[in-house]
Amino acid sequence: MPSEPHAGTPVATAGKPPGQRGEDVIHNIGYRNYEGARLGRRYARTSLFQQSLRGAYGLGRSAKSKVLPMILFAVMCVPAAIVVAVTVFTKAKEMPVGYNEYVIIMQPVIGVFIAAMAPQAVSLDLRFRVVPLYFSRPIERSDYVGAKYAALAAAIFVFTATSALILYVGALLAKLDFGDETKGFALGLVCCLVFSVLHAGIALAVAAATPRRGFGVAAIIAVLTIPYMLVNALQAIVASQDNDPAVGWLGLASPGSLVDGLQSKFLDGKHSFPGGPPDLTGAQASAYALLTVLLIAGTYALLLRRYRKAGL
Amino acid sequence: MIAIESLTKRYPRVTALDRLTVGITPGVTGLVGANGAGKSTLIKILLGLSPATEGGATVLGLDVAREGSAIRERVGYMPEHDCLPPDVSATEFVVHMARMSGLPFTAARERTADTLRHVGLYEERYRPMGGYSTGMKQRVKLAQALVHDPKLVLLDEPTNGLDPVGRDEMLALIRRVHTDFGISVLVTSHLLGELERTCDHVVVIDGGRLLRASSTADFTKSTPSLAVEVTDTDAHPDGTEALRAALVAAGLSAQAPGAAGAPGAGHLLMVDATDESAYDTVRDTVIELGLGLVRMEQRRHHIAEVFHTDSGAGASDAGDGAAAAAPAGVPAAHDRELQPQKGGSGDAV
Repeated sequence: MPSEPHAGTPVATAGKPPGQRGEDVIHNIGYRNYEGARLGRRYARTSLFQQSLRGAYGLGRSAKSKVLPMILFAVMCVPAAIVVAVTVFTKAKEMPVGYNEYVIIMQPVIGVFIAAMAPQAVSLDLRFRVVPLYFSRPIERSDYVGAKYAALAAAIFVFTATSALILYVGALLAKLDFGDETKGFALGLVCCLVFSVLHAGIALAVAAATPRRGFGVAAIIAVLTIPYMLVNALQAIVASQDNDPAVGWLGLASPGSLVDGLQSKFLDGKHSFPGGPPDLTGAQASAYALLTVLLIAGTYALLLRRYRKAGL
Repeated sequence: MIAIESLTKRYPRVTALDRLTVGITPGVTGLVGANGAGKSTLIKILLGLSPATEGGATVLGLDVAREGSAIRERVGYMPEHDCLPPDVSATEFVVHMARMSGLPFTAARERTADTLRHVGLYEERYRPMGGYSTGMKQRVKLAQALVHDPKLVLLDEPTNGLDPVGRDEMLALIRRVHTDFGISVLVTSHLLGELERTCDHVVVIDGGRLLRASSTADFTKSTPSLAVEVTDTDAHPDGTEALRAALVAAGLSAQAPGAAGAPGAGHLLMVDATDESAYDTVRDTVIELGLGLVRMEQRRHHIAEVFHTDSGAGASDAGDGAAAAAPAGVPAAHDRELQPQKGGSGDAV
């Protein structure tokens, strides 16, 4: 029996006086028990959050997985830098693009980022069946879902807020009004936050439905872009018929236009709905807010349900 | 270590566990059952991940229904299936899993290096796991179950998919987990034969009910049977039959199950080895007859045989103390000694 292959190693030196040990004997110090701290659930949850957040940008993973997020990150930031450059050189009185507006305009890029990152956060664990290993540890289902959700939301927030930060720094360099810009930037960050949390929920709920990463990517792009394009087209048609309230109601039908409407009403922005300025009515505004909250809570509940069966 | 009290688990269509009551003591315990016998369900309940329909259990003195999180902090689990992402290295993966168990980062790094070394992974631990062999993957899976220095590990079919050599190494490693690391082990398998070499105790479940729980020595006592295969010679055209007659004459009980029509067993002779001298008798008889000994091994038990012995009753009392004391490794050693050219010990199923 080939058992205990190392058991003989200490014998090699046993007969010799100390200090005269055999030169190339590897001393097996044997198994050591761990007596140190066990930090429990909260720590594990935080670690999972960190690992997932870093993973979204390919940090701690292979060089190959860093390429896409970094390129997208650059694509997201460069236009902001150009806007800043234009503002500074033309000595404009205000930014050509608002903080909120920038996020809405750059939606396709953010969409690609989300579509690439959400499946990597959850599908790989499902596909390679790592999930049971998580659930065989102190963390609970809600910890896993919560950590993944928070990590993706944070990743999207970093992605969007960085360009807002570039715009803000640029605005200060261009010596625009400090008070106005700071307020705009703060509201812009709130807009980024709402956008991130909402989109993270939707993307994760879709991604967790399939262990196949490719399907996940395609499905998320579809969910984020097809309704948005449809809404835009329908809004344009309705607007040409002078049916103003319908434009607002239609905006509820896609995550992108939902955030657009929200920020125009609550975050002091301008929506990019076709047909121009008429603002959302009070009823519409509350519908927007309610739907956003429902979507966030709903996708979280859906994720919890999804993992009820996935453990072991 | 584990106390299970009339544990019942019913799913809408099937009863996975049916009033199972069994106590598991420190040491290496084998949990044997056919596919669908309820092994995985039992592990799920013991980890506090699935509520029992009736009854209850405690693991390390903690109640599975209420203290699942505390249990999982002190218990390691190695799943049966693949669970390793291919694009990260073993080190990164095990460090991450150690942190998931609550170990601070530096401790997680140290423990990972230690544990991977103990399971026998060296330079390859820095490479992505996608390129690992099955044996290496099994080692990583074991390492992630041990990295937080649990009091108890639950190993689900750890030898699955391994070749005979890898299987022996894994079994030796499992033995060391208890003897060297001081960690108790509950290991499941559907092969009783491999568990009897590793385990102190064996628990057999079938259809969710306890079939048998006893120390491994009791199991070997109940089936002290030798499988002998010999060649035919000119002097003895039917060597098997000649040997059978000679052994019966020498006072041993020997049957050729091939006569009963079992396929592939045509040249096998089953000899009841009531004590150690039976090995010598067989060897001497073969030499006297001038036959070639192809193999002589302690019959490897398959789960089905336990069911047979249990239903067939009586068989468990056949052996005496001396036979029980015969270590399981002896026949395998004979085998290698006598027939090095055949590599007869290879049929490890």
